[in-house]
Amino acid sequence: MEKKLFVSPSPHVHGGDSTTRLMRDVVIALLPALAVSVWVFGLQTLVISAVAVASCVLFEYLIQRWLLKGASTIGNFSAIVTGLLLAFNLPVNIPVWLVILGSLVAIAVGKMTFGGLGKNPFNPALVGRVFLLISFPVQMTSFTAVRPDAMSGATPLAFVKEALKNGEKMENILAQINYTDLLTGFKAGSLGEVAALALLAGFVYLLVRKVISWHIPVTVLGSMAVLSAVLWGVDSQHYMSPLFHLLTGGALLGAIFMATDYVTSPMTHRGMLIYGCGIGVLTILIRTWGAYPEGMSFAILIMNSVVPLLNKYVKPRRFGVKK
Amino acid sequence: MLKSFPIGGVHPSENKLSRGAAIETFPVPETVTIPLSQHIGAPAVAAVAKGDKVVVGQVIATAGGFVSSNIHSSVSGTVTAVDAAVNGQGLRQPAVTIKVEGDEWDPAIDRSDKLVRECNLEPKEIIAKIQAAGIVGMGGATFPAHVKLSVPPGKKAEFLIINGVECEPYLTSDHRVMLERGEELLVGVTILMKALGVNKAFIGIENNKPDAIAHLTSLAAAYAGVEVVPLKVQYPQGGEKQLIAAVTGRQVPSAPALPIDVGAVVQNASTAVAVYEAVQKNKPLIERVVTVTGKGLAKPGNFKVRIGTPISALIAAAGGLPEDAGKVINGGPMMGRAMVNLDAPVTKGSSGVLVMSGSEACREAADTCIKCGKCVNVCPMGLEPYLLSKLSRKGMWEQAEKGIITDCIECGSCQFTCPAHLPLLDFIRLGKAKVMGIIRARAAAAAPKK
Repeated sequence: MEKKLFVSPSPHVHGGDSTTRLMRDVVIALLPALAVSVWVFGLQTLVISAVAVASCVLFEYLIQRWLLKGASTIGNFSAIVTGLLLAFNLPVNIPVWLVILGSLVAIAVGKMTFGGLGKNPFNPALVGRVFLLISFPVQMTSFTAVRPDAMSGATPLAFVKEALKNGEKMENILAQINYTDLLTGFKAGSLGEVAALALLAGFVYLLVRKVISWHIPVTVLGSMAVLSAVLWGVDSQHYMSPLFHLLTGGALLGAIFMATDYVTSPMTHRGMLIYGCGIGVLTILIRTWGAYPEGMSFAILIMNSVVPLLNKYVKPRRFGVKK
Repeated sequence: MLKSFPIGGVHPSENKLSRGAAIETFPVPETVTIPLSQHIGAPAVAAVAKGDKVVVGQVIATAGGFVSSNIHSSVSGTVTAVDAAVNGQGLRQPAVTIKVEGDEWDPAIDRSDKLVRECNLEPKEIIAKIQAAGIVGMGGATFPAHVKLSVPPGKKAEFLIINGVECEPYLTSDHRVMLERGEELLVGVTILMKALGVNKAFIGIENNKPDAIAHLTSLAAAYAGVEVVPLKVQYPQGGEKQLIAAVTGRQVPSAPALPIDVGAVVQNASTAVAVYEAVQKNKPLIERVVTVTGKGLAKPGNFKVRIGTPISALIAAAGGLPEDAGKVINGGPMMGRAMVNLDAPVTKGSSGVLVMSGSEACREAADTCIKCGKCVNVCPMGLEPYLLSKLSRKGMWEQAEKGIITDCIECGSCQFTCPAHLPLLDFIRLGKAKVMGIIRARAAAAAPKK
């Protein structure tokens, strides 16, 4: 035996998927929404996104190399995804130092504290966002007018919630809302939540590339639609319509990009269905009766905490076992 | 919609490089090394000694029990050793080495090409002939064929399933056999049906072999109760449980349940041809078709080879080991075994030899699990590979047993799909072996003391 050969157990081939490929695809899927955001909010969008991405990558690198003393992990794109998702959850006129602070919390507290990628129980970008929302409510909820005739000052959700509280009639409130604007992105809101169509394009891309399955986004949006339809059907003067719920706030961004984070979502399809329904229902409950106009972030974080239980008790359908 | 198994599965690149290469008869080598354990079950017991003269088809080792198999000489010549020989994995195993002199066959063997359709034997006689001929599952599992055909009392076979799936990438030996030996295969199927007392047989073939499907479908019209079933190209379609589920919709439960518990008996396509030869031509299992393939080989091909021929000779015939060869696999890339000794012989279960380049053969460094759940979704048994792998890694055997690690068919879909390149199956295999040992020990302890 002159020639040296490799010996290993089977399988001897690999499908070619990699963490980097998956994460890069998520970044690509976010690009249409980023483009719309630049169109709607201007170039400041790019500044905020760049700062968030750069600080997330830098913080992960520093913590990984100097505190955890491990090999660098930034090459796998996951810190870039976190940075981009955090930026998408911020208003355009937020001070840059808050973006950096949010990135630090997202990466340091949300991710690296637990050991880095794959070990964090909560979605890091949402940890960063919720930290900012609670600590700096004013900066996090002042939205600039996107154009003279569009709604300004408050997101559509906040606008309607406030108006309802003041006893205004739903018809009068809705008269001020333009659904086309909701679809194309001309509304107040965080960078990435405004353009429904662009987010849906990203969803299609992720499905085609088999990065995610339909289970979580469809159950999140489906359960939101069903619950809000019931409320709306009971009293359309006090509750918002399902379509309004789906097109506003972070519904699409959350359902497609935040709730589907691999690390913090269930392993099995059955688990994903329960998890998705939980997020949808909690979102509507918070939006309708909670103190905040938007409930998606909190709903996802709450359901993140249920994931270990779902993984333990919700098992896949086994071969050879009768249903 | 093509039929397929109900859960999981992957689709590796097919790379059937040798699909168009007709079967070539490989020359008889100068010496053969015939292992005494080429099957699942007890090794055969040598029936010849050093210096004995043997002819082709002569029994050189007799079955070491019911779940065992006779071994026949594939050549004529002189026995030079009955000793341990190094097998493909580098382990020493008992084998008979024969120096070839001429090519003299046992006169009882009918070597003509004439097709013999008529079979007037009783089921018991058929099974006895198959057992005597040393026929084992030729798809790679090498389970003695007569054991599967001997239906235990109280159970009943309802149909025979012929496995012509060949879902392993690269391999084409069954494909070529189905194309070139279709009539013999179908006569073999009718004989197997008679042995089992069933009147329905399905031949499952993956849809990437449309020529084989068309050929056997047209031939099968003349054979009552034989139906060709095209199947979706999805790995592991050729897994026994997967194939039964794809063809009949019935799922074989966890061990100790067997295919016969859902009324099915599965035999490989090449095995059916071997059955024909054994029963109609008195020819024991002394040669088989082996695919020799790989992107670096000059002439990938399919060879009809005498059992015991060194694999290195086959590689030489296919163009020689390329400069950049990094791994040689006995079998396919998903479930085959990496070889350390290329002079190891072709055995009854060798369906192919795959030569991979160094870059193809190298595994990527393992990353962290990102909990994407892809392994769970591709597992054809509905298990949780990430969890079983971790439990095995941590030595948590009890939990691994509860997670039904023993259901794992070691198809490798989980590891194939893992974006973090984790060696999932390496650890699961380890854990499965350990848990099966624990289960056996428990059964032994619970058995009544003598």
